[in-house]
Amino acid sequence: MITAFFNQMPVLVVVVPLLAAPLCVLAHRAFAAWLIYCLASWAAFAMAFLLFVEAKIAGQVSYAVGNWAPPFGIELVIDTYSALVLLLVTGVAALTGLYARKSIASEIAIEREYLVFALMLLCLAGLVGITVTGDAFNLFVFLEISSLSSYALIAMGPKRRALLSSFQYLIMGTVGGTFLLIGIGLIFMMTGTLNMADLADRLPEVYATRTVQAGLAFIVVGLSLKAALMPAHIWLPNAYTYAPSAISAFIAATATKVAVYALFRFVFTVFGAGYAFGTLPLGIVLLALAAVSMIAGSLASIFQTDVKRLLAWSSVAQMGYIVAGFALATPAGVSAGLVHLLNHGLIKGALFMAVGAMVWRVRASSINDLAGLGRAMPLTSAAFVVGGLSLIGVPATAGFISKWALMSALFDAQHYGVMALLLVASLLSIIYVGRVIEALYFRPLPDDVSHHKHGEAPLGMQVATWALIAINIVIGVHATPELEAAARAAATLVGGGA
Amino acid sequence: MNQFLTETLPGLFNYWIVIGLMMIGFYTVIAHDNLVKKLIGLTVFQSAVFILYISMGNIHGSTAPIIIDGDPVYAHPLPQVLILTAIVVGVSTTALGLALIVRINEAYGSIEEDDVLAADMATSEGEEAREEARSEQAEAAEGHAANGADDGAEADESRPA
Amino acid sequence: MSPLWLLILVAWPALMAAPIALVGRWPNLRETVSVLTGVALLVGVARFIAPIAAGARPEFSVFSILPGLDLAFALEPFGLIFALIAAALWPLTTLYAAGYMRGNDEPNQTRFFICFALAISAAIGMALSANLLTLFVFYEMMTLVTYPLVTHHGDIESRNGGRVYIGILMTTSIGLFLPAIVITWVIAGNVDFTPGGVFAGTGLGGLAAMGLYGLFIYGVGKAAVMPMHRWLPAAMVAPTPVSALLHAVAVVKAGVFSVLKITVYIFGIDFLHVTGASQPFVWLAAFTLLAASVVAIYCDNLKKRLAYSTIGQLSYIVLGAALASRLGATAGGLHIVTHAFGKITLFFCAGAIYTAVHRKYVSQLNGLGRAMPLTFTAFTIAAISLIGLPPMAGAWSKWYLMSGALDVQTQMVLVVLALSSLLNIVYLLDIPARAFFLPGDDKTPRGFAEAPAACVVPLMITASACVVLFFYARPIIAFIDTAFGSAS
Repeated sequence: MITAFFNQMPVLVVVVPLLAAPLCVLAHRAFAAWLIYCLASWAAFAMAFLLFVEAKIAGQVSYAVGNWAPPFGIELVIDTYSALVLLLVTGVAALTGLYARKSIASEIAIEREYLVFALMLLCLAGLVGITVTGDAFNLFVFLEISSLSSYALIAMGPKRRALLSSFQYLIMGTVGGTFLLIGIGLIFMMTGTLNMADLADRLPEVYATRTVQAGLAFIVVGLSLKAALMPAHIWLPNAYTYAPSAISAFIAATATKVAVYALFRFVFTVFGAGYAFGTLPLGIVLLALAAVSMIAGSLASIFQTDVKRLLAWSSVAQMGYIVAGFALATPAGVSAGLVHLLNHGLIKGALFMAVGAMVWRVRASSINDLAGLGRAMPLTSAAFVVGGLSLIGVPATAGFISKWALMSALFDAQHYGVMALLLVASLLSIIYVGRVIEALYFRPLPDDVSHHKHGEAPLGMQVATWALIAINIVIGVHATPELEAAARAAATLVGGGA
Repeated sequence: MNQFLTETLPGLFNYWIVIGLMMIGFYTVIAHDNLVKKLIGLTVFQSAVFILYISMGNIHGSTAPIIIDGDPVYAHPLPQVLILTAIVVGVSTTALGLALIVRINEAYGSIEEDDVLAADMATSEGEEAREEARSEQAEAAEGHAANGADDGAEADESRPA
Repeated sequence: MSPLWLLILVAWPALMAAPIALVGRWPNLRETVSVLTGVALLVGVARFIAPIAAGARPEFSVFSILPGLDLAFALEPFGLIFALIAAALWPLTTLYAAGYMRGNDEPNQTRFFICFALAISAAIGMALSANLLTLFVFYEMMTLVTYPLVTHHGDIESRNGGRVYIGILMTTSIGLFLPAIVITWVIAGNVDFTPGGVFAGTGLGGLAAMGLYGLFIYGVGKAAVMPMHRWLPAAMVAPTPVSALLHAVAVVKAGVFSVLKITVYIFGIDFLHVTGASQPFVWLAAFTLLAASVVAIYCDNLKKRLAYSTIGQLSYIVLGAALASRLGATAGGLHIVTHAFGKITLFFCAGAIYTAVHRKYVSQLNGLGRAMPLTFTAFTIAAISLIGLPPMAGAWSKWYLMSGALDVQTQMVLVVLALSSLLNIVYLLDIPARAFFLPGDDKTPRGFAEAPAACVVPLMITASACVVLFFYARPIIAFIDTAFGSAS
């Protein structure tokens, strides 16, 4: 029984949230739906953890869906790379569960709450599916499942502007998804297979054809759209700003990260680093885009008046950091990119949660509205400060570890210019984080606070926020396990010593 | 040139159609202001990809992949199955998009992107102006307080001339 | 002695912040706890003097932060000197702060004492760090925990001061110091403080080494080498005890201490001497110390004048390090001690004057000498020490600095040092001269008007230390010299 469970775990981690979603709809009551969400997401998190351990021991866990042997059936493959991203996604989803109950209740009408949880479960299933699948087409399907549910989630935001934001995201996202579909079609045309491992075997024969080159280009463009890499980022600030707070936290921490995961799964596992970065000039293109993202995102961030939008622009900048790491295509670079992918998920999740708690209290999210909250909400404000320091990259936080890893990788690869830009972007982040902190602590509470709810945020929101902050600090002071796991993952992607 | 006219153009006609449809769809998405038309463009764009998949599974002189007697040449069934899934995705996207358009129409009374953006811009400009005014007010209030109770190094009322 | 003591020493002040917070409601008990914590810390650090002088180098690794890079502590002479000064001056400053904060009715006193304890913890952590990463962790911790102290009053002026303070310190540390550490790590594969440096045999060229040394010198913004010095005058918006301990001792000394450690244990004196990588920085430091002295002459605000004086004095130490000679580095180490006692006395005096008569401009001090004889006598002693005249401790550090300059054939430095001593006389002795010899205005108190005893006693202790150290400089020199091993 137990062995049976363990054997089925790779598929259960997708199926549990997927089946829990219709259960939520059937339950139809807000509380019941929330309970189902929590059970399913924590179960997924537990399974993700077991899978991570299993992948660490065995190197790779594979599972043939419906017992159809690969490459004919769909194969699920979990190596260290996917296991780490899987842990991030399910972990953030589980904590969002704790967070979401009060936060969602304050922003969405009670009779529609169950739909939010159902959609979140669908989104989670899609994201998890992307990380575990070993099949190119299957990846596209899961990507669309997660995207469609996130369009709907964003549209549920309390302001009417959420609607157009969601629609714009839908257009961009669908174009991106379709580009991915074209790319997958082109490589399928040349190889007749969709299994990633099988593709990796067969592609080298047809590397020289223009079809495969075009396929790579389509896939990179499509997934860059989903990952909001400049210049395809325009959907992101609106989407994060107008989504309900809990959803902003969840999507900011996971969706773009998973898209980056998928991008580099294709580039490294399917096409191979030598082809994409040696034969074709993908590295320099991605590095240039990453550099632009870092600087432009940080600059835009400084001029925002809305905290959620400020964080969203900062996400655009941070995607640049992540891609810069991966684009080096060296073991150190890929591992640094992966480390920042995870750490940034944790940082941004925590920051959006802290801001969400403030929004819960003051019902608005402009910097002016947060004036004086340092005294009124000491815990939440402290969480924001620690998260902000992590974003800047102060030592003893996760952000520092990312910066260290990225800078040493960039210096090692002799990309001094990009390294300098990364530093400039970090310095810019001092400014935009500082602006919020000054408003929190140096401005008095406005006199007309009668419309405020009083006191600190509810326990569930606090626990979730501080759990993420705690993980940030633990990683900051003892990052060796994370870095070693990332090095193992990088070794499976680009070879070389761990 | 001759070869292009006689072989490339007709031989790859399915790809020309796909590219044509794709460009029409893409152009509509970008150029049109009406949200429904945008969505129509998106659907055309997606359909082009469906055709790309199905046509590449075809083999010259083949039949539909249904088992019959004899030894016929079958078209590749896998792309057709794949595209069935992709069509489902496409239909869901269209449905969701239309639902959003209905909501947008309810909220703004228009489905022209320019009108909606203009409505947003009006509110957001107002908001931004308000926020800026608030920031300035806060600064001014602080400055006033600071002048009143100055204890610092730079300015001091008791400073000798 | 068990190496675990190193961790205990670093954690001790931070741990005691909790009891200080708990008894925050009873100020007397709170200050007693603070002072006792400080005394215990001093005893704990002092127990290491004998073993270190005998050549022991205890090490303690806590855990790995990154693969191959531990949060680790180790003790050597420079670190012990710095730790001793921080630990010795902390209880004195606490005593002084108790008098000052109550005398001036400052708000948020408990937060003040908690942040103070955390800052000392950071200082001890830096003193005991075994590698650059550990040093950097505590360096940033110190920046962050002193920020609430600088912005203590919470008004717009302290916010602006705090902006400059944290802006410059964070920008330099993240923008220059961190990359310098990373580059060292990538090139040498090792950022441990190693006797003789880590770059031997890495093929690091002279020009590249010069660039890297520059990243370190300017990255350690706390060393206040121009143009990274602006934060120090800005930090003067803080209450005076903060300026005294942190911006005359802990924070700024942390900066120059880092520079010394990096010079001696990362680059290595010999490496720098051979490559000449630190040569330009001798002149940049010389420029800073002259320029800061000139600016100090024109500062009417007493604390601001002292701040610019600190900038100048710090550059003596940076200059000593950049000379790349053993004597120079030793002189730097000695100057950390002598300047600490001298400058904290001056700040204590400034605070005592403010508490007693609420004056903070030099031009208002005329004729105060008769009302506050103890304070101004102490001020005079400390000023003479900083100028570098016998029989005060400061004479020795200048002496060794000059010897160090001669040692490496840079005679021009002698001219700079002589010139700066003259400037020091102008801006420092100006103050007691006004107090004792110029007539006061009609508001000047006639009778005896000293600050409370809690303020005056500490400053008398530190002033006498300036004299005592003159006679005990030799053991300190000998002690610092053990840092270079037995070969002489």
